[in-house]
Amino acid sequence: MPEYTLKVRRYKPESGEGPYWQEFGVELDETLSVLDGLLQVKDREDGSLSVRCSCRAAICGSCGMKINGESGLGCKTQIGEAYEQANRRNGGGEPIVVEPMGNMPVVKDLVTDMESTHWKKIRRVTPWLLPEGDPPEREYVVEPESMIDITQSMACIQCGACVSACLSMEVDPEFIGPAALAKAYRFVGDPRDSEHRERLYDLAQDPHGIYDCTHCFACIDACPKGVAPMDQIMRLRREANHEFEINDVNNGRRHEQAFVKIVRKKGTLDESLLLQESYAQGIAGKLMPTGGAIKGLIGSIPTALRGIKAGKMRSLTKLIPGMHHKLPGDAQQHVERIYEHTEEHREHLNLYIKGEEAEDDVPEAAIEPEPDEAEETAEAEETAGKEEAEPAPDNVDAAPSGEGERPGPTDSEEGSS
Amino acid sequence: MPEHDVLVIGAGLAGQRAALAAAEKGVSVGIISKVHPVRSHSNAAQGGINAALQEGDSWESHAFDTVKGSDYLGDQDAIEIMCREAPEEILHLEHLGVTFHRNEEGRLGTRAFGGASQARTYYVADITGQAIMHVLYEQLMKYGDRIDRYEEWFTTALVLDDSGDCVGAVTRNVADGSMELFRSKAVIIATGGNGQMFQPTTNALICTGDGIAQAYRVGAKLMDMEMIQYHPTTLAGKGFLITEGARGEGAHLLNADGERFMEKYAPNKMELASRDVVSRAEQTEINEGRGFEDGTVALDVTVVPRKRIHEALREIVLVGRDFAGVDITREPIHIKPGNHYTMGGVKTDVVGATNVPGLYAAGEAACVSVHGGNRLGANSLLDTLIFGRRSGEDAAERAKRIDHSRPSAATLDDEQRKISDLLGRERGSGRRISEIRQELGATMDKHVAVFRDAEGIQAATEIVNRLKEELETAYVDDRDSVFNQDVLGAIELGYMLDNAEATCLAAAHREESRGAQYRTDFPERNDAEWLKHIDLSLNGDGPEISYSDVTMTQWEPQERTY
Repeated sequence: MPEYTLKVRRYKPESGEGPYWQEFGVELDETLSVLDGLLQVKDREDGSLSVRCSCRAAICGSCGMKINGESGLGCKTQIGEAYEQANRRNGGGEPIVVEPMGNMPVVKDLVTDMESTHWKKIRRVTPWLLPEGDPPEREYVVEPESMIDITQSMACIQCGACVSACLSMEVDPEFIGPAALAKAYRFVGDPRDSEHRERLYDLAQDPHGIYDCTHCFACIDACPKGVAPMDQIMRLRREANHEFEINDVNNGRRHEQAFVKIVRKKGTLDESLLLQESYAQGIAGKLMPTGGAIKGLIGSIPTALRGIKAGKMRSLTKLIPGMHHKLPGDAQQHVERIYEHTEEHREHLNLYIKGEEAEDDVPEAAIEPEPDEAEETAEAEETAGKEEAEPAPDNVDAAPSGEGERPGPTDSEEGSS
Repeated sequence: MPEHDVLVIGAGLAGQRAALAAAEKGVSVGIISKVHPVRSHSNAAQGGINAALQEGDSWESHAFDTVKGSDYLGDQDAIEIMCREAPEEILHLEHLGVTFHRNEEGRLGTRAFGGASQARTYYVADITGQAIMHVLYEQLMKYGDRIDRYEEWFTTALVLDDSGDCVGAVTRNVADGSMELFRSKAVIIATGGNGQMFQPTTNALICTGDGIAQAYRVGAKLMDMEMIQYHPTTLAGKGFLITEGARGEGAHLLNADGERFMEKYAPNKMELASRDVVSRAEQTEINEGRGFEDGTVALDVTVVPRKRIHEALREIVLVGRDFAGVDITREPIHIKPGNHYTMGGVKTDVVGATNVPGLYAAGEAACVSVHGGNRLGANSLLDTLIFGRRSGEDAAERAKRIDHSRPSAATLDDEQRKISDLLGRERGSGRRISEIRQELGATMDKHVAVFRDAEGIQAATEIVNRLKEELETAYVDDRDSVFNQDVLGAIELGYMLDNAEATCLAAAHREESRGAQYRTDFPERNDAEWLKHIDLSLNGDGPEISYSDVTMTQWEPQERTY
């Protein structure tokens, strides 16, 4: 039986002392989970080690924790894999590091206060169906696909792993966050709900709402159920932006549009244009900037200066409009073709339709790449894993590491408030 | 002292449904759960929920399938109610927002399930229980002004008044260890089953038979406690569940020779015979040497179209991948029968009332009895919802009729003293709680499983009695107040031992084979002597056996073949 060391971050509030690390030796089959290891510690050595757990099968969502710094479920992380992960760099001997989830106060050991962080935010999004009038005599008749579509967000088990991993929430603790926004999509995507516009308006106008997400993919990596919260947030934005054309006070929509427009024109992001285009759109906007635009631009100066100071602008020429480098050869036309393609083939990829590993499971609705396009996207697909159904290679750069598991985002949306 | 008209203990489907139904009647409701409600084990019900809602189906057909599935031990009046009210309940859930699978016309669509003569199982992919429970929790949040939620409060005892009515509960706030006496006019037990007294089990760690034991200790009768379901498809060793929906979608069971062995046991229904039949068939194959070396047979899902697997069986793709390292879309997965469901429980009438005035029970903790000797797949969610609602409504009516009574404060003192006794025991004073728990689990799985006999049950009974004594001197490590799971584990172990004692007693007493109870020393069903329920109640320190009739309405017992 293999032996492992679990290095656990302990905290006993009644001791009057701060958190400390404690190592425990466990022996169990490598295919068993980190939670099994912790339960063995409780059973054999120290019953005071506190960890929420129940189903052991990744369905109850109790055992959210950080393992080697990564947020996930203890029961779903095999201890052998956790060991390998901990020792990837140095050949062995390192313990598996187990900590409570982030972005939440710790109650005791691995137990966090989810009420004051996670659940409060879930309640923030009016998490119940708001149908119009009395229900029909029989069921609501809806598109079959619409139910499968929102089943991906219904698959959320409220474990908090995405909240724990959320980088935006580290900066803005009031960010509504990935779990609650994924929950919001469950209603916005539900044809039985009658308040899609009101919900989206609310979430777009909130400075801690949908435009507070920085598109970092951390929640997608952390989610043990393939809910892909960030994708749900992007769907909310898409609905707010395209279907309801909600211009938010955070300038999120315009920022996003500016991003899309600049990349379409220049192939990559010309930072010198981003701010002005976000606040003062098009020539008309620049000739006759609104009061809000001027205020917004002036207000952004400190951020821009900080960016320069932090080395984000490596060359000051980038600040000069028109100096942005062009793409080599006919690459710009390829970018344009990608735009046209995604506009024609807009679709939401969903794990309930597509499966976990794309491979040979191209769904009926999937895009068959044109022969010439297939060529040009080959490289991108290599990076993204084996996703034949990947429709938006323009986003590949944004993915930290493609695992072929994440449904590809379909729009080239970026940006943050 | 928190005070509510109706106090619900347990917040899975039965508890949440009961709370919502009671609140709808306009009474004040408190719902207590030892875990956050969405962690409840109703999550684990993957496959679906039965209702005769399709054209061409009838509640009578659903009821007959259920009666037959129960091996004629189910009470037919209760089964009729459940099956008649099922369609309305499904529509109610749909209206609340459950994302049920639709057919091409956009209407509710069904899948096939075991023991059913029609495809009448409604579902949300293979997360049906989770989807329904999260939608009910949405409603609990919506009605937060009418329903007070006590999340992570652990109930240690029910409280009676001087006249023997149930008027509250003693509860420990897990967050800080404080003890509280709750006062109410009615208490509904909805704490789920007792699967953790078996190891392995598909049940979550929280399924420790709390409410069954609590009710038993204040004089409520338990019924059908010998009827423990072993699910045919669980992962070897770990006990994880592979939904019956897999077989509903067409998956095959194969022995080590590649033979589709159900042909021998249930030539008509094959893999979709009722669970007791399939589990026994598998165990027979394994016992007679036609299983794999790890004591399993194989479930072959590869015969199901892959598009359909992704759409309808995604969860078990994940289970196979994450917990067995098997891609079920490409190769068969090894499975065996595993402890799954408690058919028995607190004896109730059709509105959930027990023999203790003011005390109700619903869901897996209760025994109405709609499942009798064997529960059909996709009937458990239905049971929780129908009888959760009915008990919530009746408890609310009772609360409107009567005034608050005075719960005895002695119970609070007793419970506090018991916990300080436990905390006061020296480390090493006796056995570790975990050792006793593990011995109990192994014992029950060895002797009181798919095949039983008098000798084995006797051995189990003796061990259980010894473990009860050992619990008296067992010790815990954690002395703190905040989130002390060690103390809760010791109390849960006490609940499990009470459940185990009752199960062993009833299993030994029923000298026949019916439903999930298969006695190798009494292999035949014996309607002449045993077409009756075994009821157990606490008399002094020990259990007392009595009998009650099975209610028959329109279906006479027949030989049961699939």
